[in-house]
Amino acid sequence: MAVTVKIPAQLRGVTDGEGEIEVEGATVGEALDAVFDQHDDLRERITEDGGLRRFVNVYVSGEDIRFSDGLETELSDGDEVTILPAVAGG
Amino acid sequence: MAPEALVCRECDATYPLEARYVCEQCFGPLDVAYDFSDLDPAEARRKIQAGSRGIWRYADFLPFAERPRDPLEPGLTPLIRADRLAERLGLRELWVKNDAANPTHSFKDRVVAVALAKARELGFTTVACASTGNLANAVAAHAAAAGLDSYVFVPSDLEEQKLLATGVYGTRLIGVKGNYDDVNRLCTQLCETRPWAFVNVNLRPYYSQGSKTLAFETVEQLGWSLPDRIVGPVASGSLFTKLGRGFSEWIDLGLVEGDLPTFNGSQATGCSPVATAFAEGRDFCVPQRPETIAKSLAIGDPADGPYALDLARETGGAIDSVTDEEIREGIRLLAETTGIFTETAGGVTIATLAKIAGRGDIDRDECVVAYITGEGLKTLDATRDGFEMHEIEPTIEDLEAELERAGTVSV
Repeated sequence: MAVTVKIPAQLRGVTDGEGEIEVEGATVGEALDAVFDQHDDLRERITEDGGLRRFVNVYVSGEDIRFSDGLETELSDGDEVTILPAVAGG
Repeated sequence: MAPEALVCRECDATYPLEARYVCEQCFGPLDVAYDFSDLDPAEARRKIQAGSRGIWRYADFLPFAERPRDPLEPGLTPLIRADRLAERLGLRELWVKNDAANPTHSFKDRVVAVALAKARELGFTTVACASTGNLANAVAAHAAAAGLDSYVFVPSDLEEQKLLATGVYGTRLIGVKGNYDDVNRLCTQLCETRPWAFVNVNLRPYYSQGSKTLAFETVEQLGWSLPDRIVGPVASGSLFTKLGRGFSEWIDLGLVEGDLPTFNGSQATGCSPVATAFAEGRDFCVPQRPETIAKSLAIGDPADGPYALDLARETGGAIDSVTDEEIREGIRLLAETTGIFTETAGGVTIATLAKIAGRGDIDRDECVVAYITGEGLKTLDATRDGFEMHEIEPTIEDLEAELERAGTVSV
């Protein structure tokens, strides 16, 4: 699946300033791995022990992946995978 | 005394005091760090007592080099000894901090006053927020008072009273078709493209500092002493954790002697990600889709959930949840025993207080403070079916007949 991964401003220092990265992946985990292949420093910024850090939220077309299958959530062609900080609100 | 830097709560990375809220190293939340090295506790107390009649009396503990100008100063709300409520619950010393007695009738005036002062200092001309209602009221009002433009984002199905009490101030009120977590996600994204000060997104480290003033006032109003236990609501967990920070700061600096109180948090069962994590022994929250009458607490993905869990566990407290029916009973119990009419969030707090008192968690000699964070007139639907109105003709005979019919003793 060809999907777009959206990178928040706080992480663009490790993606050469890129805010949107086109990758292939059947699941959220695969799509993120494809992004990490291009920008290795991003991996340790948002993951820990193979999972997402606890203050990282990931959405597929606006839906929090924790309401689906987490990193196993399946993707469709053209999906947007959005990474956002989880420390806002309230 | 001055704020020094923003510091990551997870990895201790530091950043300058700007409009930023996320650590670029680990994505953790940023918090304000202060330099209190020249603080003399006795002098600090004197300065506070000679200060203004609101939160700015605590300006030395807020993130400003100098006390800001504030046209709508909140704070110094009543701390009321609630003997009749205590008696009903089998407690000895119970206090109710009625924070509905603020300019827009909730504790949110405190955090917004701090955030807007910081927004002006940083040069913003437009402020914004993601709100479950009370924050919307406060941002709209304080922006109006300060002459700033404002955008207020809320779930479109909010209580009508909260929409009306926002729109009246002339803000741009945006009703988002979704729940609070959708609103919050949208605002987090907007933060990247709009030159606005989102009080609870990019200004959140400063905004949250305002909640410490609730702890400071409690200490001062108890005659410079600490309660043994506090009971308060948990939505994002920001108020709850910053109450802890306020007490800790003053204990560490020697303004008050004693131990951090036991922290009891309360949530509605229909939106209880933190209470559920507490019950299951987890240190993280699994998000929920809220379904409760306590809309002001309806945050399914609480940003400070992990820290609220830590605080409850470290102090020997708990985070409980109560049903919508218990919330309505809590509102009535507080009203009938104290004369204070609270919104659903206060119903959650009082219902939780009753629950933990009922299960014997509270020693009889404890000094307990319950935090009432909002006004009952904002959530009128929650009380609609709780009583009967006796309608009569304007005659004594009809009154007597009606009271007899209703089984009420006439006088």
